Amino acid sequence: MHIQARERIDGLVRSLIKATGLIVISILGGIFFMLLWNTVSFFIHVSPLDFITGTQWNPTGRHATYGILPLLVSTCLVTLGAMAIAIPLGIGTAAFMSEYAGKRLKNILKPAVEMLAAVPSVAIGFLGIVALGPGIARLTQLSNGLNALNGAILLSVMSLPTIITVAEDAINGVPATYKEASLGIGATKWQTLTRVTIPAAAPGIVAAIMLGVGRAIGETMTVLMATGNAASFPKGFFDSVRTITATIAIEMGEVPYQTTHYYSLFAIAGILFLLTLVVNMAGEYFVNKFRKFHSA
Amino acid sequence: MNSEHIKLAARNVDLWFGAKHVLKQVNAAFPQNEVTALIGPSGCGKSTLLRSFNRMHDLVPDVRIEGKLLLEEQDLYDKKASVTQLRKRIGMVFQKPNPFPKSIYENITYGLKINGVPAGQHKEIVERSLKESFIWDEVKDDLDKPAMRLSGGQQQRLCIARTVALRPEVILMDEPCSALDPLSTLKIEELIIKLKEEYTIVIVTHNMQQAQRVADKTYFLYLGEVIENGPTASIFNDPKQQLTKNYVTGHFG
Ligand SMILES: Nc1ncnc2c1ncn2[C@@H]1O[C@H](COP(=O)(O)OP(=O)(O)O)[C@@H](O)[C@H]1O
Ligand SMILES: [Mg+2]
Repeated sequence: MHIQARERIDGLVRSLIKATGLIVISILGGIFFMLLWNTVSFFIHVSPLDFITGTQWNPTGRHATYGILPLLVSTCLVTLGAMAIAIPLGIGTAAFMSEYAGKRLKNILKPAVEMLAAVPSVAIGFLGIVALGPGIARLTQLSNGLNALNGAILLSVMSLPTIITVAEDAINGVPATYKEASLGIGATKWQTLTRVTIPAAAPGIVAAIMLGVGRAIGETMTVLMATGNAASFPKGFFDSVRTITATIAIEMGEVPYQTTHYYSLFAIAGILFLLTLVVNMAGEYFVNKFRKFHSA
Repeated sequence: MNSEHIKLAARNVDLWFGAKHVLKQVNAAFPQNEVTALIGPSGCGKSTLLRSFNRMHDLVPDVRIEGKLLLEEQDLYDKKASVTQLRKRIGMVFQKPNPFPKSIYENITYGLKINGVPAGQHKEIVERSLKESFIWDEVKDDLDKPAMRLSGGQQQRLCIARTVALRPEVILMDEPCSALDPLSTLKIEELIIKLKEEYTIVIVTHNMQQAQRVADKTYFLYLGEVIENGPTASIFNDPKQQLTKNYVTGHFG
């Protein structure tokens, strides 16, 4: 009788788990379908070629134009800038924490990094407006410092915790025997780190970078606050930019339903989705490529 | 060998891990072009002694070493001594085969690059050291393959090749066959006997037969102390100490 009851519970739990799994999958499918449906509706009104190659995003003008290029370039500019800062800094910190820092320093650094991850993006954006922006403006003699550089720096700060934590796990996971082998041959600590430990940790480090890129591409609030949001075509890091995410956030609230403009926002969201997908697949590819040398 | 030349020596060495006294007044002398075996029950300090010769303990916090460790006349722990130079002269083969997660070829060239051997010589040295380690015939067509795909015995011979490629003076081996099958073990033993023509070899082993097959001299350690040492045959056939006798006849360990 006890056993029967337990089996019943077991069956119940199993269907419950199945149900939650199905719900998650259907939500995902639903989102994807909605994106696709609205994107297709958009392309009935605007030719995909104009959309992809257009250099002007001006959906509210007299002659509405829907060129995604300025937004796409903005997103890429800010993300690449952020990664140019966060990747070396993140991997460097991770390597320092796991290979050089003493126990005590490590016990301070680790919680500090975790705390950085807990700072809300709106607070970081705020810092961008009141501290970083004026600083950049003063240094560059520009009228204001709300530009791609500002966004890139803030996003690098936001993706650092992810990159550091994941990369540190990867570096820590490298077997001590590899390090001993390298040191035993007469390599210095630095040579061992750069030529054996980091390459051996490469799959995890690539994963860390990909997660960092994902964090940066998708971030909305910070870039919305710190990059100035000019929809013109950016020429460099000192130009104000407007990312895909910021555009959706700004315009979605005011756009009338079922208009071309409304559909266009789904189309750019679709592009963002593709971009993230490509980043993830590239990451997966590299992870597999490195893994080949690890196990038979 | 005629008059023995002592290549590597320990004089009154004490070693502590924190408060734990692991080596106690250890004296040892390893003659050139001979194989010396270190035997003794698990935890008696064989690996610790071996690793102190190429300063692997430098990585461990709270380790304290007293006494002298010498390579020829060179004090291994001299403040002015370059650790990396020493490790090049004293190679080490570990208990578990530990090739780098790189190709077979790169496993050998890594050490060459580190030590500034001109790239022009790499190919030749790779071939030579793989031949010396009796593994060339098995891998010569697969030099670009990942080393991790080799069998355990092949990996260990590759690790030996990686060590001999640098032409060290001493090779330290810490139970190099403990993870291997009998056939691979035999191959490595043959290799060790061959290698002693050029190198001084110190080998830790748990295998009494192995010690008798490869070693000229044997040291018996117990609880961090050298209990007895001498020619291998006399340690095994005519031990002076009761402890040694118990150990080599398999009464404990
Ligand atoms: N890094 C270390 N920290 C603390 N104790 C250690 C360390 N390495 C070895 N020991 C201790 O030193 C003693 C000797 O170990 P080891 O030299 O590995 O023995 P063996 O190789 O003879 O089996 C053991 O009691 C072991 O627990
Ligand atoms: Mg041992």
